Amino acid sequence: MVNSLYTKRSDGRKMDEVRPMKAKVGIVPSADGSASFETGGTKAIAVVRGPRTLHPQHMQNPQKGILRVSYGMMPFSVWDRIRPGPSRRSEEISKVVEWALSSVVDLSEFPNTVVDVFIQIPQADAGTRVAGLNAASMALAHAGIPMKEMVSAIAVGKADKTLIVDVNKEEEDFSEGEGATDIPMALTSRTKNIALLQLDGKISPNELREAINMGKKACGDILKVQMDALKNVNGGSDNE
Amino acid sequence: MDNEERQIVVPGETIVSGNEYLPGDGAYRDGNEVVSKRFGVSNISDKHVRVIPVSGTYYPRRGNTIIGTVVDITHNGWLIDFGGAQNAFLGVSEVPRYINKNELREFLDFGESVVVKVWDVKGRGIDVSMKMRGFGKLEGGMLFSVNPNKVPRIIGKEGSMVKLIRDATGCEITVGQNGKVWISGSDVQKEILTREIIEFVVNNATINGLTEKVEEFIKSKGLKGSDVEIVAENTDGGEE
Repeated sequence: MVNSLYTKRSDGRKMDEVRPMKAKVGIVPSADGSASFETGGTKAIAVVRGPRTLHPQHMQNPQKGILRVSYGMMPFSVWDRIRPGPSRRSEEISKVVEWALSSVVDLSEFPNTVVDVFIQIPQADAGTRVAGLNAASMALAHAGIPMKEMVSAIAVGKADKTLIVDVNKEEEDFSEGEGATDIPMALTSRTKNIALLQLDGKISPNELREAINMGKKACGDILKVQMDALKNVNGGSDNE
Repeated sequence: MDNEERQIVVPGETIVSGNEYLPGDGAYRDGNEVVSKRFGVSNISDKHVRVIPVSGTYYPRRGNTIIGTVVDITHNGWLIDFGGAQNAFLGVSEVPRYINKNELREFLDFGESVVVKVWDVKGRGIDVSMKMRGFGKLEGGMLFSVNPNKVPRIIGKEGSMVKLIRDATGCEITVGQNGKVWISGSDVQKEILTREIIEFVVNNATINGLTEKVEEFIKSKGLKGSDVEIVAENTDGGEE
């Protein structure tokens, strides 16, 4: 981090500090499970429906239930309007989030069924896929789906030569020096396995290792927020 | 059931450690520890560890009374949708009278509702029966859904809450463990009132002294406590 052009974060955070987080469970009464997760200016809502019979029938798996994730940004979530509906980017995110969650959910008790996870981003300031994944993990637990463990996710990155945790939009667009690198990652809560790891930009192997370790530490904090939200769901404000 | 220890657990959280404990419903063993597989309340009795779900969809268990709707008719029975992951199967031999296989529709047609008992829960589907007293086709009355996790509160201790409501309004009430409630009274006004009372119970399920609150609510609706026609039969509140 010598001679890096990025020495101070615009919002005054420390380099390994996560934006203030807020999590809530049970926000959609008609769903089987739901949760919201916020970090700074990024907000994600996840809704779970199921397990229910899967149609069309040819997609059914007679050995176990399947997980289906759909991710979408709301048109007003960013500065200029986002065209609603599926796009290359949203299809990719749906898929990687689905793979990350598939490693923890256990749907072997529900053959021929589907569990649908809907992730919506009402407000975006980078790191929407990890916020969505955090919300989805809570919503799945809230829906009573059998899971081996929870998933917590964070975007780590690099602005010029400085490693940073919980990248925001400004840092994601940092263009001086070496530019910006964005690494969304997800960690399972018990076995501490990596369930998702993507990389956009340039980084050396040693820096990547260090970045992942910073991310793992941050995932511990996120897990606490998720667990608090789940444990307080029946503490009075259950019916909203 | 003695409950030594009750706490809210999150998937992946260690409930107890020790090889003498046995993981039951909603729990699994990981090395020396018994870990939660589901979000719910942990319950340890006789070294047997279970997690009882507090939210999410309804999972049928043997002996449950459920209310469902006929969605399909096969050559030897009916398929019943009860809001669970799969449809339940009601065979011709599980109904109280002999039915000619060509005349299944005459006994139970599409869209008609039934009260049935869960006979067997297998991975591949669930079998139900209506051979015992108190089960059968629902005719007239009003059918509505509540959160299945609140059903034990509607029933109360050994059916005390249903009895209270039934005595106050004179309506016959059948509560399915899957969250479907059927009310039948002498006139629609009474049925609507009964529904209001049941919804009051569901919305206030977590408060202390619920019975007194319900009695107050009943009084505020202009009912005295015991109307005439009390239907004594069809008490299904026994289980759970």
